[in-house]
Amino acid sequence: MIRVLYFASLRERLGRADEALENHPDSLSALRESLAARGGEWHEVFAGAQPVLAAVNQEMVADDNALADGDEVGFFPPVTGG
Amino acid sequence: MDTEIRVQAEALDPLAEIPQVYRGRSEIGGVVSFIGLMRDFNAGDAVSGMTLEHYPGMTEKALAAIVAEAGERWELDAVRVIHRIGALYPQDPIVLVVVASAHRGEAFRGCEFIIDYLKTRAPFWKREQTADGASRWVEARDSDDAAADAWSKEPDRR
Repeated sequence: MIRVLYFASLRERLGRADEALENHPDSLSALRESLAARGGEWHEVFAGAQPVLAAVNQEMVADDNALADGDEVGFFPPVTGG
Repeated sequence: MDTEIRVQAEALDPLAEIPQVYRGRSEIGGVVSFIGLMRDFNAGDAVSGMTLEHYPGMTEKALAAIVAEAGERWELDAVRVIHRIGALYPQDPIVLVVVASAHRGEAFRGCEFIIDYLKTRAPFWKREQTADGASRWVEARDSDDAAADAWSKEPDRR
């Protein structure tokens, strides 16, 4: 099981802040594809032109990052702090 | 290198925080600071307020990694980074970066590096309220990415 968190405008567009996935893909890129496959706004977000950044266990990672049970994945738009 | 990193909902008072960096440390001869303030306009519109969202846990980790990298690139005696979350109003300080070093060039560069990296890597998102009552997410800027990228092309930037 992995936890997936959605932040900022992604949370608003997708209508949820987080979810638990029991059967999860084993890589971040496969996870993006499976989320896009939900269709509608999910497809707009995860297969769209605007960048969606990702962190695994609270560190920014590349898309080929593997996913393991117990991982926390965060998806969010480009950051705007400071 | 002494470090203090805080993400807080309480108001940030830069003039109270800055002396904390060198208090009791008579070997520190130079302190550089950056204060980021909320402005009352953005992208051509008057802005009346802002809400800062963050990724609890990751925010602190990301800031600590940025500060650690600054400490590896330059000889810094102390660094303090404080960032607000929650509701802000025009002229409120959003972020404070303070860097102390025996060498002023390193303090200036360390401070600039930290704010440039914070603006592209620390998980905060601003939602602003415009004067007409509407609300929108602030967009990330290409110029911020360019500033962060430049640190890898010109590591010492002098």
